[in-house]
Amino acid sequence: MDWSNILGDASRALIGSETVVFALAAIGLNVQFGYTGLLNFGQAAFLAVAAYGLATTVVTFGLPFWIGILVGFAGVIVLAVLLGVPTLRLRADYLAIVTIAASEIIRLIFRSVTLRETFGGSGGISGFSNDFYALNPYDDRVGLGPFEFGPRDAWVLTVGWVLVILACLIVWALMRSPWGRVIKAIREDEDAVRSLGKNVYSYKMQSLIIGGLLGALGGFIFALAQAAVQPDLYSPNLTFFAYTILILGGAGRVLGPVVGAMIFWCLLQLTAGLLEGLVRTGAIPTWLMQSNDVGAVRFMLVGIALLLLLVFRPQGIFGDKREIALDAR
Amino acid sequence: MPADMPDELPDDTPLTRQEAGEIPVLTELETTTPRKEEALRALADVPHEPGSPKPDTILVADNVVRRFGGLTAVDVGHVEIQRGSITALIGPNGAGKTTFFNLLTGFDRPDSGSWTFNGKSLSGMAAYKVARGGMVRTFQLTKALAKLTVIENMRLGAVGQRGESLWRAMFPGFWRSQENDITGRAHELLGRFKLDTKHDDFAGSLSGGQRKLLEMARALMVEPEMVMLDEPMAGVNPALTQSLLGHVKDLREQGMTVLFVEHDMDMVRDISDWVLVMAYGKLISEGPPDTVMADTRVIDAYLGAHHDQSLLEGDVEAQIQQEVAAELAAEHGEAVPAQEEER
Repeated sequence: MDWSNILGDASRALIGSETVVFALAAIGLNVQFGYTGLLNFGQAAFLAVAAYGLATTVVTFGLPFWIGILVGFAGVIVLAVLLGVPTLRLRADYLAIVTIAASEIIRLIFRSVTLRETFGGSGGISGFSNDFYALNPYDDRVGLGPFEFGPRDAWVLTVGWVLVILACLIVWALMRSPWGRVIKAIREDEDAVRSLGKNVYSYKMQSLIIGGLLGALGGFIFALAQAAVQPDLYSPNLTFFAYTILILGGAGRVLGPVVGAMIFWCLLQLTAGLLEGLVRTGAIPTWLMQSNDVGAVRFMLVGIALLLLLVFRPQGIFGDKREIALDAR
Repeated sequence: MPADMPDELPDDTPLTRQEAGEIPVLTELETTTPRKEEALRALADVPHEPGSPKPDTILVADNVVRRFGGLTAVDVGHVEIQRGSITALIGPNGAGKTTFFNLLTGFDRPDSGSWTFNGKSLSGMAAYKVARGGMVRTFQLTKALAKLTVIENMRLGAVGQRGESLWRAMFPGFWRSQENDITGRAHELLGRFKLDTKHDDFAGSLSGGQRKLLEMARALMVEPEMVMLDEPMAGVNPALTQSLLGHVKDLREQGMTVLFVEHDMDMVRDISDWVLVMAYGKLISEGPPDTVMADTRVIDAYLGAHHDQSLLEGDVEAQIQQEVAAELAAEHGEAVPAQEEER
């Protein structure tokens, strides 16, 4: 087995573009779910609307890149308001049902045959990222410690990690403020907050929009890293991975989603590499598993690892054990 | 009647140590204060009838009706609350007390009715606006925010915080000084409620009674004119009851009006200036505690209208006696022929 390759790939995944995308998606969820207690099961839709907002503006309507970014943000705000207005006054589980349905509706609209002229059908859209790569300051391979990246990857990762750091700073600044106090109090008991003269509905809407906008950053990076948008990438799986990452890292912690995303993608890469190697060297017999099963089996193994984590460390990596203990009272 | 006992004692009874002024008479000190006297004086001439007008009202409600399907949970014709008094709202289980509370504070919407607070209409107003308007409530099941620390719970109560706006929140320059003022006020209140040693603990780690205290202290951070307490004594350890009672009385001393729902009659008698009684959703009686508790309508509502009658009185008893007599006669009738046969 080629250990250096397996470990190399796994450690590259720590800072790869998928880690960036899912960290941003999970940071948004952290504001909504981790701090406010809003069960948004449609984070994929927020990423999709941002990515498609950018792609269609540039490719279908021929407008500049930066207008595309603005359209993406505006679309996310409109989506948050549309989802929030009917559901935020109701019990928390209604938002979960509405958001997961909405995220599927949006994915199906983007891949529909009728709107192929606008959204590109199931093949998606490409060719909107030229302006982004034109800004690329790197013109050669870039080395970072043991890793080396091509100029395009290096540019995406630079922008991506700057955005992750910015998003963390925003969340940190917000959550130590009186605004964050109201948000965390709403997670505990919204009637109590109402009885103290706070407009709970308005705060929940603000939280939904901010979480959506942070997720939108992930949507942009997702689209730009692949230089294409494709509807089936924004399936509910994306939302579930983001939740897994959030809970793994610790919900309601600023750095939880970032560390969660790093561990999640590193583990996936590591198990894939190990399984591949074991099958190739014959350590795993072919009647049990073949190399094209690796993709599915690695998710099973990561699932088991996460299960064990929830049993033995339910608060996540960064969580506070005392808080979990309070729930049991 | 134990309350009348002192009057019946002969005049030459030697003075007890308390009466001679050697040690303070605790009950007297606790029950009469200037504010209490003021409230009692104001309420002295108010007729003891449901819906009677008060000299200086803070809250007036008219025809408040709330139905749940076919059940009319609340149907209050007219009620007035005297400013600066402690008013108790009592009634048997299911009388609609908490529902009425929820309606008044905006946590539930009535089917019809209107009410004013300080002359301003509150009907249909959202709960958070009611609280900002100066009427703050607590809950029957205490809502301490478990994963916030005690001091954060307190800070949350302050209204008009600049840092609660999203844009200013990110820049502490806007709210730092106000936050310090709020924290100072919170520490002062926590000291009064004997929670000052707990301020960095999670509220979830407090005992039931301490959570009640915290909830009350937090409500005071809003600086309300009127405090609505929903069963302040529910689930409180008896050792804390006295201190909690003291705090409720203290609210009146600071010029606030208190309306509270309670089941514990001793507490109602001890601290309230005026009592409202609800049963079957209606206001059935009101008056000073002692008068109300002697009111037949109230006793009937709690114990049933026939609680003092034997089930074996009147017709039923007569009927049973007849039946017994008939049975005895029948037995006797059977027995006699048998004896005759023997002979």
